[in-house]
Amino acid sequence: MKNNKLRSVAVTILSALLCVVIGLVIGFAVLVGLSYASRSGSGAPFTFADVINDAYTKGFQRVLMGGWYGSGRVPRGIRSELAQAAPLIMTGLSVAFAFKTGLFNIGAAGQYAVGAFGALVCALVLKLPWYLCLIAAAVFGALWGAIPGIFKAYFNVNEVITAIMFNWIGLYGVNTILYGGGHGVMFNEKTSKTWAVAAKSSGSLIPDLKDLGANYIVRPATVGIFIAILIAVALWVILNKTTFGYELKACGFSKSAAKYAGINEKKNIILSMTISGALAGIGAGMYYLSDAAQWEPMVSTVLPAFGFDGISVALLASSHPLGTILSALFISHISTGGGFMDAMIFPPEIADVISGVIIYLCAFMMLFKNKIARLLSRKEKGGLH
Amino acid sequence: MNDYVIEMLHIDKVFPGIKANDDITLQLRKGEIHALLGENGAGKSTLMSVLFGMYQPDGGEIRKDGKKVEIHNPNDANALGIGMVHQHFKLVEVFSVLDNIILGAEDVKMGMLKKKKAREKVVALSENYGLRVDPDALIEDISVGMQQRVEILKMLYRDNDILIFDEPTAVLTPQEIEELLQIMRNFAAEGKSILFITHKLNEIMAVADRCTVLRKGKCMGTVEVQNTTKEELSRMMVGRDVSMTVEKKDIAVGSVVLEVRDITVPGKFKKKDAVKNVSFEVRAGEIVCLAGIEGNGQTEFVAALTGLEAMSRGRIRLNGQDITNASVRARARAGISHIPEDRHKHGLVLDYSLEDNLVLQRYWEPAFQEGGFIKKGEVRRYAEKLIDEYDIRSGQGAVTVARSMSGGNQQKAIIAREVDRNCDLLVAVQPTRGLDVGAIENVHRQIEAVKNNRKAVLLVSLELDEVMSLSDRILVMYEGEIVGEFDPKTTTVQELGLYMAGARRQGEEDVFDEE
Repeated sequence: MKNNKLRSVAVTILSALLCVVIGLVIGFAVLVGLSYASRSGSGAPFTFADVINDAYTKGFQRVLMGGWYGSGRVPRGIRSELAQAAPLIMTGLSVAFAFKTGLFNIGAAGQYAVGAFGALVCALVLKLPWYLCLIAAAVFGALWGAIPGIFKAYFNVNEVITAIMFNWIGLYGVNTILYGGGHGVMFNEKTSKTWAVAAKSSGSLIPDLKDLGANYIVRPATVGIFIAILIAVALWVILNKTTFGYELKACGFSKSAAKYAGINEKKNIILSMTISGALAGIGAGMYYLSDAAQWEPMVSTVLPAFGFDGISVALLASSHPLGTILSALFISHISTGGGFMDAMIFPPEIADVISGVIIYLCAFMMLFKNKIARLLSRKEKGGLH
Repeated sequence: MNDYVIEMLHIDKVFPGIKANDDITLQLRKGEIHALLGENGAGKSTLMSVLFGMYQPDGGEIRKDGKKVEIHNPNDANALGIGMVHQHFKLVEVFSVLDNIILGAEDVKMGMLKKKKAREKVVALSENYGLRVDPDALIEDISVGMQQRVEILKMLYRDNDILIFDEPTAVLTPQEIEELLQIMRNFAAEGKSILFITHKLNEIMAVADRCTVLRKGKCMGTVEVQNTTKEELSRMMVGRDVSMTVEKKDIAVGSVVLEVRDITVPGKFKKKDAVKNVSFEVRAGEIVCLAGIEGNGQTEFVAALTGLEAMSRGRIRLNGQDITNASVRARARAGISHIPEDRHKHGLVLDYSLEDNLVLQRYWEPAFQEGGFIKKGEVRRYAEKLIDEYDIRSGQGAVTVARSMSGGNQQKAIIAREVDRNCDLLVAVQPTRGLDVGAIENVHRQIEAVKNNRKAVLLVSLELDEVMSLSDRILVMYEGEIVGEFDPKTTTVQELGLYMAGARRQGEEDVFDEE
């Protein structure tokens, strides 16, 4: 029995890896095409080997290396990779957790924006310690997540519709308040961004490992990444070991059966969306309380990318909380790497193409799973003879 | 030359992991009624899907009038004169009877429907065969029996002469069944050939000329019905002797366990109330059966009783305690266990493992959780106990995903879970629906055991044989009301049928006259 479980985990991981490999191969093919275009555009004679060489050394290799590209014992790229991975894990968990309850939380982006607002108010205005700011981010995100949950539970309005609406309401609401007509308390007119947290309230900055005496994971990377991993583990425990998780998953798999079993599915829908919102909010807190970037109220007219990337992260991880850690690290890795590519030849969005292809392939994951499972069992049978 | 109109010779059909049809031969003579008998999963539907062109066989061939034919889709089948009344009717609810009959075979002139000739043909057919329908009535307004006539007319309108009836009697009253069997005899006398899929042995004995029996995808043989018996047929179908009746013990009835008064439940889509002023009692040590044709309020009544849906009026008492406004969970705790009508929708979380499903109604009990953490070891131990006691078979034991289990074993799991809770009241809704003969026997024994254990049982069933053999009292429900109460020892299936069809009802004073 134990073997069976192990096998199914192995099959899932193998098929995810297969998605990744195919995604990378297609990404490489795109890079080859782009370098061919750039070579032939230059007019100078070239060979096919040159094209392949360009595609590899100036593009693909750097994507693969991600944050490790560059110099230094612990390159800066790695630190920003980790700084991005923390909020990605959180938004990924946000989407994955809702998936487990049978809900599609497309509103992680809005919850992220509102969570960021909560963190910034507590940091820049109230100057609270970082952990309180992080909790505030969670509460703001939770509120924003709860609304689609309430609509779904009591009025049977599809959570996707409400969440999309509340994405924009959240984003523009936050922009408006932060900008404050150009004179907002949190708005730095010189940079057209919100104030750096370090400049206003250094106690609100999430500590990095240097603050704790080590010299590896330093700004913009913070202990946020460890908190994110802890939360992922906690969610895994909740989903798999507790009656609460049992009820949530029962609602997700079959609302009618959950109702039959006396589970209050309205309560569970709202709770699940609230928790999802809190997770996305914490993700925003981790990002903005690390000073990895500041909010730009005038420019931020597209929804925060972390919110939508959370969907990719959750899909790639098959909504498994622990898998979410790995898939967030991976997506953060290749998108950091994408930034190091030779921008003359390759647009950095190539990283998005690769992750897009991978996500698309995730849809085929079931197919891969079956194929891999069959291959494994055939091998086993062969071994018996 | 032979006189077979359709021959399916040595048909093989393989699905991943299962051989659904294994060398099956079925030969249909002109003008005969040929029964196809088999348990669920014996391969009947697969065989019919092959004949209808929905599946291509992996081996074997189909012949029409001795000539080999290829059937790639239902249109090919139709062109060969093969028509089918599906178990679940394929009708457009908001279309008229006439529109449904001509749908797919319309006469069209310059893009305009020519309905006049079609109407004449339909009227002529319905008069010829005694299939009374109103061509202008909407499907949603007519009874199930009437809808079936529409399905039959559809085949006749297309001049089909090979007619397949898939479990046609499941939704009919005894009187309607008799009528349908007569219509089938008329068809046969006229030279049409009929393939009659059923699991009811009485009907086969009454109407069929020959019978082909399938078991586990294999053909067990074809017999002349007049030379065989019901016992022999069921032995061929199941592979062993089956006792057809339940041994009934007479238990002295105890105190009132369930008391419902004036239960009224609003209809979901229609303005009419689905359940109207239903009152009755169930006592410890008796099985009370709610009989009736599907859709007469039984489902809604049970939903209100178990707390799944709200009711607009009435009171429910369990052991004297008022549970009218209690939640589903509170009712379960008060002592109601419930074998739901739809095991996939309500009975199981299909993507949960068997063990998780076995604690679906008690995972919150201190025995299975501590401080919100589920005691996995206890759950496993309990699941293995139930699996063992109730003989639930599955691929990987306790960790098998419920979805991958057979219907019979899924039902066994639900029954194990509900019966083992040892509640004062067991509400069992169509507990044998879709089960094969062997499994039905087993379920009946479990329900008897609950009663013998001096608990109360409310059984909701559409199968009159089941109603007659299991229950101590029978309440017939028609259009949301209880129209009669009967003692199975003194009533007949025919009498029940009249009440089920609404042709008769007992006076109010009769209905609630107790003792």
